Amino acid sequence: MSKTNRRGFLRGALGGAAVGMGLPLLDAFLNDSGKAFAATGQRIPVRFGTWIWGCGFVPEKWIPTATGTDFDMPADLKPLEPYRDRLALFSGFDVRLDGVPNKPHVTGCLGLRTGIPVPNDRVAAPTLDVLIGDVIGRDTRFRSVEVSTSGIQRSYSFRAAGSANPSETSPLALYQRLFGEGFQDPNAAQFTPDPRTMVHKSVLSAVTEDRQRLMRSVGADDRRRLDEYFTAVRTLENQLALQLEPPAPVENFTLPDAPEDVVVDSEMEHVMETHRLMAGLLARALQCNQTRVFNVLLSDTTSNLRRRGSSTTHHTLTHEEPVNPELGYQEQVGWFASQSMLAWRDFLDALDAIPEGDGTLLDNCLVLAHSDCSIAKSHAVEGIPTMVAGNAGGRVRTGYHLAGNADPISRIGLTVQQAMGLPVERWGTNSMATDRSIPELFG
Amino acid sequence: MKSCKTIALRLLLCASVSFPAGFAGAAASGTASLAEPPGTGGPPMLRRLTEAQYRATIADVFGPDIPVTARFERALRSEGLVAVGTSEAGLSAFALEQYDTAAGAIAAAVLAPERRERFVPCDSPPVQHFDPDCAAAFIERHGTRLFRRALEAEEATAWLDVARAAHTRLGDFYAALEFTLVGMLVAPDFLLRVEAVATTPAADGSPRLDAYSRATRLSYFLTGSAPDAGLLAAAGRGALDSPDGLAREVDRLMAGPRYEAAVREFFTDMLRFDLFDDLAKDPVIYPAFNSTVAADAQEQTLRTITGHLLAGEGDYRDLFTTRAAPLTRSLGIVYRQPVAVRNGWQEGEFSERSGRVGIQSHLSFLALHSHPGRSSPTLRGKAIREVFLCQHMPDPPVDVDFTGINDDTNAARPTARDRLQAHATETQCKACHVLMDPAGLALEYYDGLGAFRTRENGAEIDVSGALDAKSFAAASGLGTALAEHSQTTSCLVRRMYSFATGRRELPGERAYLEYLDATFAAAGYRVPALMRAIALSDAFYRIAPETNDEVATGHDVPAAGES
Repeated sequence: MSKTNRRGFLRGALGGAAVGMGLPLLDAFLNDSGKAFAATGQRIPVRFGTWIWGCGFVPEKWIPTATGTDFDMPADLKPLEPYRDRLALFSGFDVRLDGVPNKPHVTGCLGLRTGIPVPNDRVAAPTLDVLIGDVIGRDTRFRSVEVSTSGIQRSYSFRAAGSANPSETSPLALYQRLFGEGFQDPNAAQFTPDPRTMVHKSVLSAVTEDRQRLMRSVGADDRRRLDEYFTAVRTLENQLALQLEPPAPVENFTLPDAPEDVVVDSEMEHVMETHRLMAGLLARALQCNQTRVFNVLLSDTTSNLRRRGSSTTHHTLTHEEPVNPELGYQEQVGWFASQSMLAWRDFLDALDAIPEGDGTLLDNCLVLAHSDCSIAKSHAVEGIPTMVAGNAGGRVRTGYHLAGNADPISRIGLTVQQAMGLPVERWGTNSMATDRSIPELFG
Repeated sequence: MKSCKTIALRLLLCASVSFPAGFAGAAASGTASLAEPPGTGGPPMLRRLTEAQYRATIADVFGPDIPVTARFERALRSEGLVAVGTSEAGLSAFALEQYDTAAGAIAAAVLAPERRERFVPCDSPPVQHFDPDCAAAFIERHGTRLFRRALEAEEATAWLDVARAAHTRLGDFYAALEFTLVGMLVAPDFLLRVEAVATTPAADGSPRLDAYSRATRLSYFLTGSAPDAGLLAAAGRGALDSPDGLAREVDRLMAGPRYEAAVREFFTDMLRFDLFDDLAKDPVIYPAFNSTVAADAQEQTLRTITGHLLAGEGDYRDLFTTRAAPLTRSLGIVYRQPVAVRNGWQEGEFSERSGRVGIQSHLSFLALHSHPGRSSPTLRGKAIREVFLCQHMPDPPVDVDFTGINDDTNAARPTARDRLQAHATETQCKACHVLMDPAGLALEYYDGLGAFRTRENGAEIDVSGALDAKSFAAASGLGTALAEHSQTTSCLVRRMYSFATGRRELPGERAYLEYLDATFAAAGYRVPALMRAIALSDAFYRIAPETNDEVATGHDVPAAGES
């Protein structure tokens, strides 16, 4: 009962009339720990994103033996050494199934993102990135931006079960969406609002006027779908409204060049390149306030990554490759897991390359990186590797390894939402339901 | 460790797949005059236009020269069909952004100086002056087509106000119409097919869709596009209320140029060709694969289907045994058959040597249901059951261990059959694999791309296979087994009905579906006859009284212990 009421209330509040409720809280947070641009005196916004890689990890190459701040970096984390102070590593946190059948590569990923494990693709939407975006992402051109770097248009960001927020798969298309038509250079000397944009916006308002008539004419399920449609119209109106105001100037911003046309597919080398390009574009978009929320899918949860000339994919290998008796793990699977962490470092490099305030863009982000399972071979959803990077402008503390000891992984999701200013006390269902946030994570 | 109970359950799950209830002896009811049994009907639907429907509608309303520049997201598939997914899919901010971009380009093209005359129904009004009569006529003409119904008076007034306000700001009559059109193209009434229940019930007192919703169902079913002016007019004057009036429109649409497009849309959906968007083949292992081959492979199958079912007025079951092989140069390379024409298609037959028979031996099936670097009898067998027999195969168990089974470098197990043999010894695997693998193994002469071979890793390939009680060899044997399988035709009937209605069949519709089975059989399994029977039936338009006010179930699955 309590679940229905709480979630129902939250959804209603965020999707409907009381939509501004999170904002005063957000401001309160900022008063304590917000930072400002030295030159303009403007407050630096915080950003939130998720970064997903498929098919888990090799525990002995990833989990530090020590917890706390004085932890070692095993082989797969070694490349992340430069970021050890800006990373929080979480091992041993579980998606608790409570008897829900584990749909391989789906239940774990969605359970972590919604606090509710489901036995199929019917995600108990919204996912936490959407909840956070509704609070921190309302004043930007895009409510969120999704990218997938292995050629698959998939996404684990859902406002409603029937429709994922789809991912961009091509760097060029991403560039055009972010910096093509409709983009305003924040540092342009002149600003003239376009009367056509005004008209465009008022046309969209007119479209929403029929809302009540339509809502009355359909059943409950379809009302939810229509509600999603009208939310999308409001988001678009908001985008246009922003184009009618002069954009806030942004320090150190230069418009990126259009990326070269690269091969977009699931071959690891291509994926690394696609990912680097998209990470760079995304970082620039975050810098100049096109969005404050993003979701990156390095590889799908049933990872289709492959090596050139190989007859099998990463996911297939997790099931078919024999364990190397000397190493004690599947060697080729391990290679993909290592590559995934190299890509994660590339992502952090992209955020860290952009100076902002007295630090970098990374300092003002909270990036939640996670996989869909721990050991892919058995589809285990216990101990899914999870990381938090960036300090969200001081709201979040990093630089340690925390062992979850089989605590519900929803504790991480709950804490992240609270750090982003959401008024949520309790999150998840059944034994995933928790009101225990992670104190170590708060700045 | 799996408990015995779990294994037993899994066996039961898979066993039930082989023997679903409700398919019994439909074809046996003979060819005596068939009367539609009373049915319950379903709920009114709210369906998103598919990409194909969106493109076709714009082309029909404004002409094929109007560009559609949106990037459509991947469609949601449910119950085996995207057509059913359209009744469940939401509409994200990304999707609306794309629709809005498309709307802008379409409206700009329609109101461009060189095209205005075609679309603005008045004598070149001056640009600066706002002509309310002309604007109202523009709104009524295009609004009716786009919303697939007559506009309500206040609705028309509201759009006129939009146009007037736009003119006040922009001082340009055509720009005002352009933005009004943008509004209509992103309106829910255009992007979503919102079905309405008629205020007056059918002759027998049961609720049914209103005339415009019926026309829209009919039109997207038989033409893949919005109702044309003639159908809207027929709906408006109540002509669809009489059996004769309905039959006239059905026959007109089926004789029209867009009927074939509807048949192609159905099979594109049923055969899951949307998966080609994600299809990857390793370029080292399959250097012949490229986007032209992928596109031509789909087109080859669709040409075979329409050629056989429509032009040839053929029996649906013969699609699994036909040797017809339309080819292009690109396909000829993979099929290793010479193609004389440099561009375009050449009609012909598969060579005897290749053993190819039926659409299940086409690249579009073989490549789609394989891994990026090798074939997969399991994936192919699964697709045979799910696509052609409407069966559902459960997911593999969570803790299954495939190690060694599929290592294709394993010298002791050179062929896929050898590797899959290991499944036979694992009880928990066997229950399901015994249903999937034997059908797929019959197609092992074709590699992960679909090219012909007789050896794998140096060992001769054995193509014996089985489907339920029948044993056979090679693609031809599988084709005959599919053609003769009791569920092949009833599966098509159910898919076709779901395609038409946008939902799965409901329990109260069993008798109706058996009537369709019998009608299909009586017509010698001619697909157009089946589609005509659906389009003319009461059940297609009937609304179940109780579902009109449906219970709030939601998509969310409650966690165990809560429900």
